[in-house]
Amino acid sequence: MIRLEAVTKQYDEGTPAVDNLTLEAGTGEITVLVGPSGCGKTTSLRMINRMIEPTSGRILIDGQDTAQVPAARLRRDIGYVIQHAGLFPHRTVLHNVMTVPRLNGWGRARAETRAREVLELVGLPGDFARRYPGQLSGGQQQRVGVARALASDPSVMLMDEPFSAVDPIAREGLQDDLLRLQGELGTTIVLVTHDIDEAIKLGHRVAVLRQGGRLAQFSSPADLLAHPADDFVADFVGRDRGYRALSFQQHEVPVHPEEPVPLGQPLTRRGDEWLLAVDEESRPQGWVVPGEVGDAPVGREHLHRGGTVASVDGSLRALLDAALSSPSGRGVVVRDGVLAGTVRAEEVLAAIQAAPRPDGTSIQDERP
Amino acid sequence: MTVFGTDLSEVADLAVSHAYLAGLPLVLGLLISLPLGWLALRRRWLYPPVIAGTGLLYTIPSLALFVLLPGIIGTQILDPVNVIVAMTLYTIALLTRTVADGLGSVPDPVRQAATAIGYGPVRRFFVVELPLAVPVISAGLRVAAVSNVSMVSVAALIGVSQLGMLFTDGFSRSAMGPILVGVIACVLLAILFDLLILLGTRVLTPWLRVVRA
Repeated sequence: MIRLEAVTKQYDEGTPAVDNLTLEAGTGEITVLVGPSGCGKTTSLRMINRMIEPTSGRILIDGQDTAQVPAARLRRDIGYVIQHAGLFPHRTVLHNVMTVPRLNGWGRARAETRAREVLELVGLPGDFARRYPGQLSGGQQQRVGVARALASDPSVMLMDEPFSAVDPIAREGLQDDLLRLQGELGTTIVLVTHDIDEAIKLGHRVAVLRQGGRLAQFSSPADLLAHPADDFVADFVGRDRGYRALSFQQHEVPVHPEEPVPLGQPLTRRGDEWLLAVDEESRPQGWVVPGEVGDAPVGREHLHRGGTVASVDGSLRALLDAALSSPSGRGVVVRDGVLAGTVRAEEVLAAIQAAPRPDGTSIQDERP
Repeated sequence: MTVFGTDLSEVADLAVSHAYLAGLPLVLGLLISLPLGWLALRRRWLYPPVIAGTGLLYTIPSLALFVLLPGIIGTQILDPVNVIVAMTLYTIALLTRTVADGLGSVPDPVRQAATAIGYGPVRRFFVVELPLAVPVISAGLRVAAVSNVSMVSVAALIGVSQLGMLFTDGFSRSAMGPILVGVIACVLLAILFDLLILLGTRVLTPWLRVVRA
């Protein structure tokens, strides 16, 4: 657990960058610090590994006051990922990742084995190891940055706007991979971002900071959406809060059986009704209209792919979106990728009505 | 063998001595410039005085320096050490700014990542900042090398033996031959220095070639 106790950072003059911040980042959780520029989120992060020394207050990691540990020593036990990855351009990917284990006194062979392991883990196998950072895309560089931070298996990882400089598609992949990795490794992560959507997607707990480094709200993403503490937070969290909050709600929704038609075979049914096409393994592929197919076998050129697909145990948001986006009005639901049936929008809405709302018991803002 | 009435084996001897008088100060100057440049960069307020101060060294006429140095450091007037010290000063004059700028060219995220990963300042300097400053420093070193090779020849006027002797010799005998041979030898020596530095840079910066390819 990382605990900031009444931490203040005051530069020579003017208002403090961080003002009396008390915050706890739970072990094995992702805690996100989010806020507009100038809210002191990066300063707060950097005080954890003493890149910046607090003016007053204490920071404890698992009960140990970080001020008692030599800074370089402390940093070797804390993974750190920054915005532009900060890879060493003169070292190969492999040697970049080996840096921290080597600093921690590991032998070359062991460090190399470990480096290849974590590179695999972040989705950069084999051949990438020999390249130089300049030969990689921004997203790949950031993966190496994460691998480097994970290489000596730290229990704590700090991430400063790790995905901000990456294009949106790569960012999505990186976020999903981070969630997967964190789930597998149980690393305690503190992540800084200015992007509230990223905060809500990644955080177990989200701390919203306002200008001058003051904590505005510290709560779960669902609570943040359902119960913003004040106008500033409500503004910052933004539009569509009710809809976005459905991402964190689950409820039983009736699943109707759906009689699919196999791809590659002629239709045996006629009519104007939309039919769902599946492949040999019963995975939904798209909707077809019999009139457009005629007597030919159902081919990929006949598919209408507009609908999203939700998992049976997915969030209410995913289920509602599946229903709303489906051309047939029937939302496709899968279990482990295999067709489970379809849901109806009105029944999802009924479930939304029935589902309990987040109760608003935000984690206590501990300022005196 | 003689060319233009000049004995080539004698020229070879002079060239070796010339290379030593120009080359050793290059190495010494670089070693002294590294901490100076680092200091100028790290302590911002030191940058103007250090850079201006070292830069001014270059404006001292070489002949004057050769003549004045024995009085300052207590050597004989004909001692080659005078030339070594003077040329080292000129090298420092040219390299300190280059070193500071080279170290300053290291991208900030890289420097921060190195700190965050747990490199202490000394280790960070040698394994991250210095290797990345090599391309810039090498460019400055090439200028200093050529400048040294050319400037050392002035030391012939105070009787220190190197290729400059061919110029004084040719001048005193009104013979073009030795002067021509001396000039060609100087140029060849400068090209040799340049190639050595380029080669060294190439070996030290494998990542640059790969990325450009």
